[in-house]
Amino acid sequence: MQIKKFGLAATALAAAGVLVLAGCSSSPESDTSSASATAIISTNGSEPQNPLIPTNTNEVGGGKILDSIFAGLVYYAADGSVHNDMAESIDTEDSQHYTVKLKADQTFSNGDPVDAESFVKAWNYGAALDNAQLSSYFFESIEGFSWDENVEEMSGLKVVDDLTFTIDLVSPQSDFALSLGYSAFYPLPASAWDDIDAFGQAPIGNGPYKLASDDAWQHNEKISLVVNDTYQGDRQPKNGGLDIIFYATQDASYADLQGDNVDVVDQIPGSALASYQDEFDGRSVNQAVAVFQSFTIPARLEHFGGEEGELRRAAISHAINREEITDVIFSGTRTPAHDFTSPVIDGYSEDVEGSDVLDFDEAKAQELWAEADAISPWTGEFKIAYNADGGHAEWVDAVTNSIKNVLGIEASGDPYPTFAEARTKITDRTIQTAFRTGWQGDYPSLYNFLGPIYGTGAGSNDGDYSNPEFDALLAEGRSLSDLDAANEKFQEAQTILFTDLPAIPLWYSTVNGAWGTKVSNVEFGWNSVPLYYEIEKSE
Amino acid sequence: MSSNTRSNAAHYVAPIEETPLVAVDSVKASGRVSNLWTDAWADLRKRPMFWISSVLIVLITFVALFPGLFTSEPPSSGCYLENSNGGPEAGHPLGFTKQGCDVFSRIVHGAATSLSVGIIVTILILVLGITFGALAGFYGGWVDSVLSRVGDIFFSIPYILAAVVVMSVLSQYRNVFVIALAIGLFAWPSTSRVLRAEILRVKNSDYVMSATAIGVSRFKILLRHVLPNSIAPVIVVTTIGLAGAIVAEATLSFLGVGLPNTIMSWGNDISAAQRDLRNNPMTLIYPSIALSLTVLSFIMLGEVLRDALDPKARATR
Amino acid sequence: MTGYILRRVLQAIPVFFGTTFLIYFMVFALPGDPILALFGDKTPNPAVLEQLRAQYNLDKPFIVQYLLYIGGIFRGDFGVSFSGQPVSEILARTFPVTLRLALIALVIEMVVGIAVGLVSGLRKGKLFDSSALVVSLIFISLPIFVIAFVFQYVFAIQLGWARPTVGSGAPWSDLILPGIVLATISFAQIQRLTRSSVIESSGLDFVRTAASKGLSRRRIVPVHILRNSLIPVVTFLAVDFGTLMVGATVTEGIFNVPGVGNTLYQAIIRGEGPTVVSFVTVMVLIYLVVNLVVDLFYAVLDPRIRYVK
Repeated sequence: MQIKKFGLAATALAAAGVLVLAGCSSSPESDTSSASATAIISTNGSEPQNPLIPTNTNEVGGGKILDSIFAGLVYYAADGSVHNDMAESIDTEDSQHYTVKLKADQTFSNGDPVDAESFVKAWNYGAALDNAQLSSYFFESIEGFSWDENVEEMSGLKVVDDLTFTIDLVSPQSDFALSLGYSAFYPLPASAWDDIDAFGQAPIGNGPYKLASDDAWQHNEKISLVVNDTYQGDRQPKNGGLDIIFYATQDASYADLQGDNVDVVDQIPGSALASYQDEFDGRSVNQAVAVFQSFTIPARLEHFGGEEGELRRAAISHAINREEITDVIFSGTRTPAHDFTSPVIDGYSEDVEGSDVLDFDEAKAQELWAEADAISPWTGEFKIAYNADGGHAEWVDAVTNSIKNVLGIEASGDPYPTFAEARTKITDRTIQTAFRTGWQGDYPSLYNFLGPIYGTGAGSNDGDYSNPEFDALLAEGRSLSDLDAANEKFQEAQTILFTDLPAIPLWYSTVNGAWGTKVSNVEFGWNSVPLYYEIEKSE
Repeated sequence: MSSNTRSNAAHYVAPIEETPLVAVDSVKASGRVSNLWTDAWADLRKRPMFWISSVLIVLITFVALFPGLFTSEPPSSGCYLENSNGGPEAGHPLGFTKQGCDVFSRIVHGAATSLSVGIIVTILILVLGITFGALAGFYGGWVDSVLSRVGDIFFSIPYILAAVVVMSVLSQYRNVFVIALAIGLFAWPSTSRVLRAEILRVKNSDYVMSATAIGVSRFKILLRHVLPNSIAPVIVVTTIGLAGAIVAEATLSFLGVGLPNTIMSWGNDISAAQRDLRNNPMTLIYPSIALSLTVLSFIMLGEVLRDALDPKARATR
Repeated sequence: MTGYILRRVLQAIPVFFGTTFLIYFMVFALPGDPILALFGDKTPNPAVLEQLRAQYNLDKPFIVQYLLYIGGIFRGDFGVSFSGQPVSEILARTFPVTLRLALIALVIEMVVGIAVGLVSGLRKGKLFDSSALVVSLIFISLPIFVIAFVFQYVFAIQLGWARPTVGSGAPWSDLILPGIVLATISFAQIQRLTRSSVIESSGLDFVRTAASKGLSRRRIVPVHILRNSLIPVVTFLAVDFGTLMVGATVTEGIFNVPGVGNTLYQAIIRGEGPTVVSFVTVMVLIYLVVNLVVDLFYAVLDPRIRYVK
C-alpha cells in the first residue's frame, strides 16, 4: 500500500497556469440519455491540510474543493484556455496596470454581492504578512506588497466603483492575467470577515457548488457539495452535487473504484499502473500535465564542481536509461524528458541543441566518467535523497541501478522518513548528496520552468546554480513582448543548461485516472483534476 | 479480593508429595547425576521435532554465514531492468524482481540481515521483558508499580514514532543493530506483562510456599522455581515475536526508516515486492517463504525446549 | 481492594507526565522543520516562515512549548492542528471509530484464537494441531499490507461480501472485514498461547485429580483446563488491545478507516506535536485502565492471586 503522499501532493500544487492540453484519451460515452440532473458524483480527495481559505490552500486536497465552491475572475477550460468567470473584462495596455470590470448581479451562495471589494479585501488579507498565508507569494508582484512589514492594504489595489477595481504591478508582467484563475485570487464574501477561522471550516463561495450544510465537511471522511443556484457563470453543473471522499491511500480509492463505490478517481496506485487502462477500458485517462521531474547534484558536492563536475553530470545523464525506466517502472505513465520544461507548454521543442546529453549512451557515459577520473579519481558512493512518504523509492532505485551498472560505481537511494526532514536539509544546504527535484508550472510559459529554478539566487534554486550568461538570456527573453521571439531566447538559455546540467532531467508526468460505469463525459483539466461540473451520471 | 469464587475444588492444599515440586525432586531421586539441563538434553535427543528444527536452524545460519556457498551471484551483481519480472531461468531459479534483481540470490544474501535482526530483537526483548516482568510480578508492591508503569510508558509510544526518531537521529548508522534497537526497545513491555501475569499465578503455588518455608532465599526461588515454571508463555510469545521483528523490518523499510537498500534483507525485499503485488506476487511469496521456514523452525525449537525444560510437562508424559 | 484501585489511579499521574514529556520530546527531536514542509517543493519567504512558527509556538524553546501545551490541557485545550481543527475534536471523532474496530478484532481473535488453541492443545501433535500451526505461520510471516490487500480484493471486490472501504460514519458492518484482517496478526499468538497453557494445565495435578474423580471431560475442559490457561491469554489480549488502538495505521489506510492509526501517522509525519501527544496521552490512559481491569481479572481467574495484603 502507499501511505498518503504528502510530498507528492505538494509537488502537484494546484498552481496557477494555463496549459495547452497535450491530448486526451478519454472517450466520453454516448449513453447520456438517462443522465440525472440530481445525481451526486462521488470522487476521491484527501483531507485538506489547512482551513479552507483560498489564500491559505496550496495542496490538492483543499484546492480541489475550493475550485468547486469558488469562482475567480477567470477559469480554465479543459484545453487550458482562459475564460472570464466573474470578470466582465480585464484590460491592460502596458502589462503593468490592469483594470478589472466585474459582471453585474453576481452573488455568493449566502446572498453577499460579488463586488470589487470582495476581491480586493480577500487579496489584501492573503498578502498581509501578519496573516502568514501559504500562498501570499502570489501577490508579490502587486505594488505595495512587502516581506518586511505588515501591509494592511496594498497600494496597487484600488476600488473604483462597486464593479471595478485596478491592479498596479511593480513591473510589467505579460502573463499576470493568466494566473488570475488560481485559487489565491478568489474573492471572499463580506460575512467571512466576522470570523475567518469559522469561515475556514465552513466556507461560503460563489462557485458552481456550495457546501451541502454548515457541517458538510466531515473531517477525514468526506465533504458533500451541492449545486449552487446563485452561480451564473459558464461552469454550470450537469449533476446534482459532488461527494469528495477523503482517502488515506491511493490503493483504497482504487479498491473503491473496482467495487463501484466511487464514480471518478484521478490517481492510480503504482501497483495498478500497468493494468488500469485494460481494466477500465475506455473509462480511463493517461494524459500529459505540466510537471517536470529531475534530480539535482549541487556543485558544492565533492567531485561535482568545475570541469570535473560538468563531465560527471553528463556521464550520469548518459547512464540513465529513461526510456526503459518510464516503460518498466511507470508502465508508460511518464514520458522521457527532452528538455527542462514540459511538452504541454507553448514553445516546447524536443530538439533543443545539446539535448542529446539526455540520450542513453553507455560508451559515452563511461568515456566522460573516465575523463573526469583523470582530473580527480572518483571516491565514495553516489546517492539520491528522496522523501520516503512520497512513493519515490522505485524510480530512485531504478535510476541508481542504471548508473551503477553503466559506470561501475556504488549508487543507491537515500530515503528520508519525512518530507519535512528532506526539505529542511535541502533548504539549509546541509544535504551532502544529490536529491530529487520536481516542478509544476505556475504559468504556461517556458520562463516559469527556468527562471524560478535556475536563475541566480532564485527562490527555488536549491542547487545554487549560477550562470550570468543564462541569466542574461532569460532577462532578454522576458523583456520581449513577442512570444515566439521570447521563446527563442529561452530555448537558447536551455542550451546552456544542457552543458551545465544544474538538474538532471528525467521525465514529464501524466495524470492517471479512471471512472465507473454510471458516469460519462469525464474530462481531465490542465491541473490533473477532472472537470466535475461536466460529468453526467445515470441512476 | 476475597477468595469466595472458589468453585475449583481441586485447589485443596495438597500434601507436599503430590505437588510438582516433588516431581522435580523425584527426578533427582532416580539415581543418575542430573540437573534441569542434562534432563532436558536427555529428553530433547529423543525428539524428532528437535532434530528437524535444529537442522533447519543450522542450515539457515549456514546460509547466513556463507551465502557464497549457496549462490554464485555475488551480492554486488547488478539489477537490470531488461530482466524485470522475468521468470525462472538457468542460474536464476526463482526469476527476477521488478527492478530486475535475481530473487534467489537476494534471499540468500538477505538471510544474514534478517536473521540477525530477528535474533537481536528477540534477545533484547527477552532480557528487558524478563527482567522487568519477573521482578514486577515476583516482588509486587512498589517494585511492581514502578516497573509496570515504566513499561506502560514505553508501550504507549507508537513504534512508528519511535522508529522514525531513532532512525533519523542515528541516520549515519543505519545498520542491523540500530534497527534492532528501534524495534526491540519499544516491544518488550508485552513480554514483560505476559511474564508478570504468569508469575503472579505461579508464585502462589504450593511448591513456592514450601520452598519459602524451608528457608530458600527469595531470589533463588525466583530463579529456580518461579521462572522455569512461568517461562512457557514467554517462549510462545517470543518465538512468534521473532517473525514479528523480521516483518517489522519490512514495514520500517516501507516507511523509509528501515535499512538502506544497499543492505539486502528479506524485509527490504518484501517491502519492495508489495508495490508490485498485483503484477508479480511471486517476488513477495519467496522471501515470505524463507521467513516462514525460519520462524517455523524457531517455533518448533521453542516448543520442544519448553516441553523439555518444563518439569511438569515431562513428569506427566 | 478500593485502596488498591485508588493507588493505581494515583500512579496514572506520573505516567501521564512521563508520557507526555517523552512524546513531546520525541516529536521535538524529529529532524526537519514541519512549517517548511507545508510549502511543498517551493521554498517560502523567511518572513512567512517566522510568522507561522510563532503561530504554532515552534519558535520557543522545548520546555516552554511543553509547558504551554500542558497548561492548555488543564484548561481543556488540546491545541490546534495545522488544518485549524481543535485536537480535542479530532480525538472525539477518531477514537470511537478505532475503538469499534479494535473491539471487533479483539472479539474475533479471542473467540477463534482460544477455540483453535484449546482444540490444538487437547489434540497435541494431531492433524488439527499441525494445520493450525501452518495457518498461524502464514498469517505471521506475511506483512499486514499483503493480508489486507488480498482480503480486500477477494472478499470485497471479487465476491462482493463487503464494501472495499469503510463508508461514511464507519458503521460496525463496514468494520468487520478490516477487523478480521487485524485479528490475523494476533491470532497466531493467542492460539499458540492458549495451546501451550492448555497443554501445561492438562498435566497439572488438579486436572488429573478431577479426571480421576470421574468428572466428565465436558466439565474438566472449561472449568479446570481453560480457566487455568487463560491468564497469559488475557494478558496478551490486553496488550493487544493497546496495540490495536494505536497501531492499525496500515490496515486503516488500506480500508480507509477514519480512525486513530491514520490520523496519528499523518501527525507524526507532519511533526504536529500537540496532535501526537494528545493521541498518545489518551492512548496511555486507556491502556492504564485496561491493565488495571486485567489485573483485577487475574484474581477472578485464579483466586490465589491477591493484591490486598
